[in-house]
Amino acid sequence: MEKLYIEPDRCKGCGYCVRACNKEALYFTGNVNQKGYDTVAVDDEKCNCCTACYRMCPDYVFEIR
Amino acid sequence: MKIKAPDTVTFTKSGFCPGCGHGLAVRLIAEVMEEMGLSDKLLTVVDVACGSLNIESWKFDTVLAAHGRPLPVAVGIQKVRKDNPVVAYIGDGAAYSIGMAETMHCALRNDNILTIVINNSLYGMTGGQCAPTSLPGQVTTSTPHGKDPKKAGMPFKVEDAFGGFESIAYLARGSMTDAANMNKSKKMLRKAFDKHMAGQGFCLVELLSPCPTNLGLPPLANIDWIADEMMKYFPLGEFRGGA
Repeated sequence: MEKLYIEPDRCKGCGYCVRACNKEALYFTGNVNQKGYDTVAVDDEKCNCCTACYRMCPDYVFEIR
Repeated sequence: MKIKAPDTVTFTKSGFCPGCGHGLAVRLIAEVMEEMGLSDKLLTVVDVACGSLNIESWKFDTVLAAHGRPLPVAVGIQKVRKDNPVVAYIGDGAAYSIGMAETMHCALRNDNILTIVINNSLYGMTGGQCAPTSLPGQVTTSTPHGKDPKKAGMPFKVEDAFGGFESIAYLARGSMTDAANMNKSKKMLRKAFDKHMAGQGFCLVELLSPCPTNLGLPPLANIDWIADEMMKYFPLGEFRGGA
């Protein structure tokens, strides 16, 4: 079963992935990473691994495996 | 579908601002290189600009050229490394203003160089000054009351300048505002790399890119601005070599 993995330390909180997600599976957590950026998390129930978040992420936060 | 950004760009973290389009463009290049099996062969030339921050955040061999002059350096590299793909990675200020003579003559000579132009409508690293690609009325640090087309001219469109050059191999403009356009831009880059490796001549792919820091917009508002305002002046598509 494929699953979306997120590396929060790479995230800069731009929100492109949240916009790109058609399933509204991504959301801001309110937790900041080491650099002080608000990071994203995924609701695995909603995510269908469509790769849209991966395609829009400038900081290579997402991986599907 | 399993997917992971290529190791050539993920081995360290990038130093770009939140929402910067360079990270997107760089990943597209890395993906195309991985698909073509050329990740170890790609030679890049970057400009003295935000694009130069790639020098430590991608694994490709890179030369940092003088400001606006990556194209002649790339031509020199290509002359001695004929089997390697050679990319000049520059911004709109370097391509269409500071290095305009170099861009023009590379296109006139039809040098076998792949030029990737990141168009963010202003000068990024120097602090957001007005560029030839700035839109009418656009507020920049050097046009605080908005760009006046009567004084500074209309936005420079590369297809108007080079679209009539029948010899060049490829001329296209993509956008990095949403996932669908990212896929289209990647196809343009793949086509350009294919033509470049076949030795067909000058290829230029322009990518409309967000620069939230210097446009003074949040990242999402920036990609809306590109879609709503910038694309009015910069239509997407293939202008040469598309068929």
